[in-house]
Amino acid sequence: MLLVILVLMIGGAIFSLEARDLLSAVVAYGIVGFGLVICFLILQAPDLALVQIVVETITLIIMVAVILNSTRKELGVKWASKTVAYIVGSFVFLILFMYFFEKVTSVLSVFGEHLLRMSEAYIEPGAKDTGSANLVTGVIFDYRGYDTLGEATVLFTAVMGVLTVMRLKGRKEE
Amino acid sequence: MKGMTIIVKKVSEILCGVIFLYGIYIVLHGHLTPGGGFAGGVIIAGAFILLIIANGSEKVSLKRKETGTSFTESGAILAFLAVAASGMVVGTVGLFFKNYLPKGHIGRLLSAGFIPVYNIVVGIEVSAALITVFLAFVIFREEVLK
Amino acid sequence: MTVYFLCLILFLVGLYGVVSKRNLIKIVIGLAIMEYSVNLFLILIGYIKGGTAPIISGLAKFKKFVDPLPQAMVLTAIVIGLATTALLLAIAVRIYRKYGTFDVKEIKKLKG
Repeated sequence: MLLVILVLMIGGAIFSLEARDLLSAVVAYGIVGFGLVICFLILQAPDLALVQIVVETITLIIMVAVILNSTRKELGVKWASKTVAYIVGSFVFLILFMYFFEKVTSVLSVFGEHLLRMSEAYIEPGAKDTGSANLVTGVIFDYRGYDTLGEATVLFTAVMGVLTVMRLKGRKEE
Repeated sequence: MKGMTIIVKKVSEILCGVIFLYGIYIVLHGHLTPGGGFAGGVIIAGAFILLIIANGSEKVSLKRKETGTSFTESGAILAFLAVAASGMVVGTVGLFFKNYLPKGHIGRLLSAGFIPVYNIVVGIEVSAALITVFLAFVIFREEVLK
Repeated sequence: MTVYFLCLILFLVGLYGVVSKRNLIKIVIGLAIMEYSVNLFLILIGYIKGGTAPIISGLAKFKKFVDPLPQAMVLTAIVIGLATTALLLAIAVRIYRKYGTFDVKEIKKLKG
């Protein structure tokens, strides 16, 4: 089940990158995000599915707004003289990357067999330490509070960046 | 941004309140059921975005200004810091992010000390941030059309 | 193991988009796909067969749970991802207003 949805997501990603029209590229990008929602539901993460389904919708709305305000045309493909060298180079990179990925994942256990040893420290005393029945919320706001504070700061900075970039004229001129 | 037809306006008028209430429910029950500040804040922002898309930006009394939501966001993140720093004052051993309220019975609405407070603050912050981002794009479009 | 490899392939598809495309919107889409695949990989590490979502109720007290730590990390990362994607799109829009094109190479040529 998980494999089928992952293959569908890869297909959607490839089509989204190769589409000739930017609007259809954005719609195909939606396949990846909504497929991820189903993956989260299968992997027993309902909190993440709840966030991802709304976030994906808002992302699609913003992307469609941007594209309808500018252009829908995709640029033509130009074959440079060094294309063969690029293809060979990327294949070498791909083989190296696969080799090291195999090395790394052989350290991890087989998928779905064991948890990391660290998880016992969060699962067993989690409810008693934090008093929260939802362990994810307990981890976010109690064990890992500094992390959440940092993420909130990053969110604030990103929003300030959007406002600074999008403003056409300064506030004092009005 | 101009509004849509009257059918869309009526339906969004009915739906928006329900979505907003659902977001508040998700925020308040974040320590008992799936959800929490991040999920609920995103849902509340989605309700406002639906209202803006359906009715146009003038109708929601936002008046092409993003200062209100921006102030709300900054205030929420300051409140987060203040609640976290209040743990340094209370008790013999002061710790940042100290959860000194009574934990209560697991599974009740009033339990888990400061976690519901953090949930509410983060929910306000996330929803205000996303509405600000969306309003910035709307303002850009209006300035281009002018 | 196959799941991990499919996740890697999704990451590589996003990397291909970032490296080889000339359109700024396609580059943003590639970055977002990479981010999604990393999120999925973290959740895959924390999964155990037969485990339930990490929420304690009266019935499921002694069952197995999946790991709550990666879920907590990814939960914040998703919301941050939306904000950073919006920031990238804002920069792309401003470049379009200034130069009239999304093409990266054209923008490089126009540098005066």
